[in-house]
Amino acid sequence: MADPVLELRGLTRRFGALTATDDVSLTLRRGEIHALIGPNGAGKSTLMGLISGKIAPDAGEVWLGGQNITRLSVARRAQLGLGRSFQVSSLIPEYSALRNVMLALQARQGHSYRFLRPVMRDQPLRAEARAILARVGLDARASVEAAFLSHGERRLLEIAVALALAPRCFLLDEPMAGLGSEGTARLVGFLRRLKQEAPILLVEHDMDAVFRLADRISVLVYGRVIATGTGPEIRANAQVRAVYLGEEAPT
Amino acid sequence: MSLALVLEQLLNGVQFGLMLFLMSAGLTLVFGVMGLINLAHGSLYMIGAFLCAAVAGATGSFWIGLVAGLAAAAAAGALIEIIVIRRLYDRDHLDQVLATFALILILSEGVRMIFGPFPLYLNVPDALRGTVSLGIVDYSLYRLALIGFGVAVAVGLWVLIAKTRLGIRIRAGESDREMIAALGVNIRALYTIVFALGAALAGLAGALVGAIQSVQVGMGEPVLILAFVVIVIGGIGSIKGAMVGALLVGVIDTMGRFLLPRIFATFLDTSQAMGVGAALASMLIYLLMALVLIFRPKGLFPAHG
Amino acid sequence: MDSARKEWLLNAVMAGALFAVPLWALMANEPFIITLATRIAILAIAAVGLNIALGLGGMVSFGHALYLGLGGYVAGIAAHHAFNGTPVFAGLPGTNQMLIIWGVAMVVSGALAAIVGALSLRTSGIFFIMITLAFAQMGFFFTLSWPAYGGEDGLPIFVRNQFPGLNTARPWHLFVIAYGVLILALAAFALLRAARFGAALMAIRQNPDRAAAIGISPFGIRLVAFILSGMITGLAGAMMADLTRFVSPAMMAWTMSGELIVIIILGGVGRLFGPVAGAAILVGFEVFFGGLTEHWKLWLGLVLLGVVLFARGGLIGLIAGRGQHG
Repeated sequence: MADPVLELRGLTRRFGALTATDDVSLTLRRGEIHALIGPNGAGKSTLMGLISGKIAPDAGEVWLGGQNITRLSVARRAQLGLGRSFQVSSLIPEYSALRNVMLALQARQGHSYRFLRPVMRDQPLRAEARAILARVGLDARASVEAAFLSHGERRLLEIAVALALAPRCFLLDEPMAGLGSEGTARLVGFLRRLKQEAPILLVEHDMDAVFRLADRISVLVYGRVIATGTGPEIRANAQVRAVYLGEEAPT
Repeated sequence: MSLALVLEQLLNGVQFGLMLFLMSAGLTLVFGVMGLINLAHGSLYMIGAFLCAAVAGATGSFWIGLVAGLAAAAAAGALIEIIVIRRLYDRDHLDQVLATFALILILSEGVRMIFGPFPLYLNVPDALRGTVSLGIVDYSLYRLALIGFGVAVAVGLWVLIAKTRLGIRIRAGESDREMIAALGVNIRALYTIVFALGAALAGLAGALVGAIQSVQVGMGEPVLILAFVVIVIGGIGSIKGAMVGALLVGVIDTMGRFLLPRIFATFLDTSQAMGVGAALASMLIYLLMALVLIFRPKGLFPAHG
Repeated sequence: MDSARKEWLLNAVMAGALFAVPLWALMANEPFIITLATRIAILAIAAVGLNIALGLGGMVSFGHALYLGLGGYVAGIAAHHAFNGTPVFAGLPGTNQMLIIWGVAMVVSGALAAIVGALSLRTSGIFFIMITLAFAQMGFFFTLSWPAYGGEDGLPIFVRNQFPGLNTARPWHLFVIAYGVLILALAAFALLRAARFGAALMAIRQNPDRAAAIGISPFGIRLVAFILSGMITGLAGAMMADLTRFVSPAMMAWTMSGELIVIIILGGVGRLFGPVAGAAILVGFEVFFGGLTEHWKLWLGLVLLGVVLFARGGLIGLIAGRGQHG
């Protein structure tokens, strides 16, 4: 089997007496959706912060495409191909949907230190951004400022921005949150196709979507990964049942 | 350079630092509790000094003047908070800087309109005239009293914040605004009280210092900037930080101005040494502040984590 | 008419008026008015510089007077040595050529802005405001107590520096120079804002975490913007010194930094012509109300307070409406 695209090795982070993530190791392989689930406070947000570079680990390493990125900045990791979406929509509020995507394209090309040519008249850049908006079904809303998009549209724009980065892997933080059943169904179909382009590490609360989508699932409890496996394996796992259903775990 | 002279300068530094603390305490409280940058804090210092000088001049009593200055600054603070400041709590820092910059213009011109363009003079009270012997040095009794006063106010402030109900609410306001509002504390009134308290301390400092320098429009701004240096060094929102920062700034500034020219005089000729020494001394505390921020971007005693 | 079109029209009117009024003054033989217009133009250039950092980048520098003063001292010191025929240091002669002085002023201001920016951008919020203020105060007190170039008395420029082909002693010629530089500075600002750099810079102002997450490092972009900002304000400082034929520590005073921010707010933050409108309001206010009452600053304070509390878009925002960011 090929090397994993993204690999976490023994990531540990403490906040005072609290160990938010405890020796977490997991891999993300080409072509898969790897879902990360766990009850509230299990350390999912901290883990996302550690992967994206917002939080520095006390121990452990993050590898992306065979390169150790543990010490790199958020921006550097993104340049190397870590495409992250945010749990709470985090866009450039005064920029239109189109401009948000164009900015991501500009960032991917690594040419932000250009001072003369007007970016909005850059036709190839516009065309590429429009095509990406069309893929997520937002082309009709291209000229609307992000601040005025609906919640669901902002979630889609998040995905479009991640797409524009053409990353090696996607890091999607609760993309279904607040979408409603129809929106969720559309997104499930979309993510299923998306994983062929780049594997997806998916943090999600919608268990139904997780079990429909994920090739593998890891369960995080109190900062530790207690189980990793396919959907059926996780469903059958006694420890997981104990955590979620309160059943007595065999010791 | 005698030991007596050094000791005298050191005491001057401590006295200066304690007066800076009175200014900084209000500034840091207002930022800690309400998240507000108040450039007009120096104007409250000026108002305290002017009222003290005017009332002391009219009544012949420094002490009545002092009370008047303190009360006027507190009242002006409460009024400003109710009319202008409370509209700024939810604004960004830029708006706060500008609006309070505007207040400086308004208050300075207002004071100039009322009291005229000339400085007022405030005499040291009779009971505190002259010097007192501290063994090797005869030190100004009034400055010594200022040190005692500053310490007393610092202790009083500590008791207020640590031990009283008002103090508990102020500390709660620093950590969780919504929560204390939910508990039924009148947050608007609390903010007005905190602002007026800070104003009273600034007015007190202005009145006290007014007796050893001239009372004039614009006297508040140099002190304001120093107070900002103090709270940035100490960590914004921290009373303890304000105390440490104030003493550091007071002593380093005073001793720098005293020592640096003398140090440079050991290897430069006198006029050159005075120039270089004075130039460096006047930059010293800003250098200190920049260094602190570079190595501890949130100050020495960050108030929140 | 949509607001973008209205703003363009308003800009054209302002650019025209700033040229037409002194032109009229030239005909009517009113040199005082020409000098006022020159002062507006130069203050506007300084504020265009600050507008890059503050308007586009959201960096509230409370110390831009440092670059204004530095540029001023470059002009003053160069002229001082050219006048006396003494070297600045180690055989380097002074000069009375504006173009050379401007170049030096921009390089020196840019270099200082690089140092101040690199250190200050480690902090944010109120700490950034205060550390930029602290650096400016260092400059202020340094010039105040350094005796070589006049100390607190300041340094006069006995003969205004020269510009090829024009007679800088004539108010109209000096105005044309200042107006030309202002138009160039505005053009540079407009280009920068529309280019990829501006897109990145404005994005970082709105959401630095997002910018980093898509691979745009906020620190580098902000630092470059801060340096450009300091360079333009430094250039304005050199021109200001030549206008008043005098430099003093007052150019570096914190109130000057405050005034530059006030200019931008009065005109409209991040607007292309915001600095022009703001400088015209400030200077106009001083001249008009200053003639009526010695307490004009009271009224300025009230107006400023009103703008901050009730009219956040400044003058241009009031007339043209909300900005287009498309």
